[in-house]
Amino acid sequence: MPKITYIEHDGTEHQIDADVGTTVMNAALDNLVPGIDADCGGECSCATCHVMVADDWMAKVGQPGETEESMLDLNPERVANSRLSCQIPVTEELDGLVVNLPEFQF
Amino acid sequence: MAEAPDVVNMIEQDPATMPLEDFDMSQTELWSQNKKWDYFARLRDEAPVHYCKDSEFGAYWSVTRFQDIMEMEQNWQIFSSEPAITISDPEEDFELPMFIAMDPPKHDDQRKTVQGVVAPQNLKILESTIRERVCRILDSLPIGEEFDWVDKVSIELTTQMLATLFDFPFEERRKLTRWSDVATANPDIDDGVVESEEQRREELYECLEYFGRLWQERVDKPGGNDLISMLAHGEATRDLPTRPQEFLGNLILLIVGGNDTTRNSISGGVLALNENPGEYAKLRNNPAVIPNMVSEIIRWVTPLAHMRRTLTQDFEFRGQQMKQGDKVCMWYVSGNRDERAIDRPNEFIIDRPRARQHLSFGFGLHRCMGNRLAEMQLRILWEEIQKRFHMVEVVGKEVRTPSGFVNGYLHLPVKLHPI
Repeated sequence: MPKITYIEHDGTEHQIDADVGTTVMNAALDNLVPGIDADCGGECSCATCHVMVADDWMAKVGQPGETEESMLDLNPERVANSRLSCQIPVTEELDGLVVNLPEFQF
Repeated sequence: MAEAPDVVNMIEQDPATMPLEDFDMSQTELWSQNKKWDYFARLRDEAPVHYCKDSEFGAYWSVTRFQDIMEMEQNWQIFSSEPAITISDPEEDFELPMFIAMDPPKHDDQRKTVQGVVAPQNLKILESTIRERVCRILDSLPIGEEFDWVDKVSIELTTQMLATLFDFPFEERRKLTRWSDVATANPDIDDGVVESEEQRREELYECLEYFGRLWQERVDKPGGNDLISMLAHGEATRDLPTRPQEFLGNLILLIVGGNDTTRNSISGGVLALNENPGEYAKLRNNPAVIPNMVSEIIRWVTPLAHMRRTLTQDFEFRGQQMKQGDKVCMWYVSGNRDERAIDRPNEFIIDRPRARQHLSFGFGLHRCMGNRLAEMQLRILWEEIQKRFHMVEVVGKEVRTPSGFVNGYLHLPVKLHPI
């Protein structure tokens, strides 16, 4: 099972084992990682599962798609590594992934 | 506009047996008398994408299931927010363009200009101001005697908040309340707000004029953190006063958006807790439930009953053939009671799991910009209520807004019982 580390805004780390085929958002919810609201339940329609992917993982995780980009674009706290975690499927390749959580979801 | 003669009066019919083709959820008595629920339940079960061939507002589709609404919200290319986001069509000689009723890219540009004011970072700064104002309002309330919660708390708190966001002259803040009511008033029905469309326009022009003056003052003072300064200096909006109708439209959007909605969640929450004493007891025993309760209140109340979309082209949706130009009401109020998406949806459960997954803020590009501010106001209000009062007791029948858009309360008589 791929390991994923979520780092809260205050530095608290949560390392969890995620199932292949779930999403980085659902893995957080299933393991009670705080800081991801996921109001729309994974439909790419609310942008409340915003994460900032650690620099060295950005190449493997990839860039947002068109719909995701339009949602992220409306978030004033968006940065270059911003992704919506509901749009990142968990794969073996992402074993060791590190994502940072924003102070607030918008 | 007079009601068409062949429209069937809904509340005189039995929701279980009346023909589906006669359903018209826009009829105001369904809302003022709170009789809508059984009709919506039948639509969700038997006609989730329903065509109403005639109504006071003309023909329209109704979409009533949670997941169908979600899908429609995502497809803005087909289901456009232009020219209007409520079931009433814009007056031909009085159009009010506003970014909620625009599609990308113009929507995105204008929204981005103002959304910083309600972004969480800014809200953190506002929290102490909100709490101070909430405390002052609550401490001024009469104890043990009947008063109107809507007027003294719901309206007062949201109006003060709005005045703060606009940096509006504080003593004149009830002008904002008035303009909000006037903007959503319907002179065709006797809703007690305005007598005529002429009066409505006249008052809205006063609003435009007033804000025009504030705008002029702020143009010369860069760096202001309020909504007007942000608009006056924002690249996509700084020329708004050269388009007065669009200026007025966006002002109304911000006023109504920040006023009517939270106002009605404040009133509706008190009513829901009174109707569910077991939940009120849970709240007393565990104030930590308040953030979750706030989401449940917003689901339960659904202060905006629907948003309207208009078809940009012919399109088949769930087997129904829709035509270019058709209008569709996405009934959030129904989707929020859809058992296909929400467990025990007809129960008010303040510690409900996944309480945030409701439709009241909409989804997609037009998702409510002020959602975090709304939640924060409600959270602080309930934290402070619980410090002071054993119960905010509802002591008479609530009076509901006669509208299928603003799903709210005009009066709610209460009595306070201190701890």
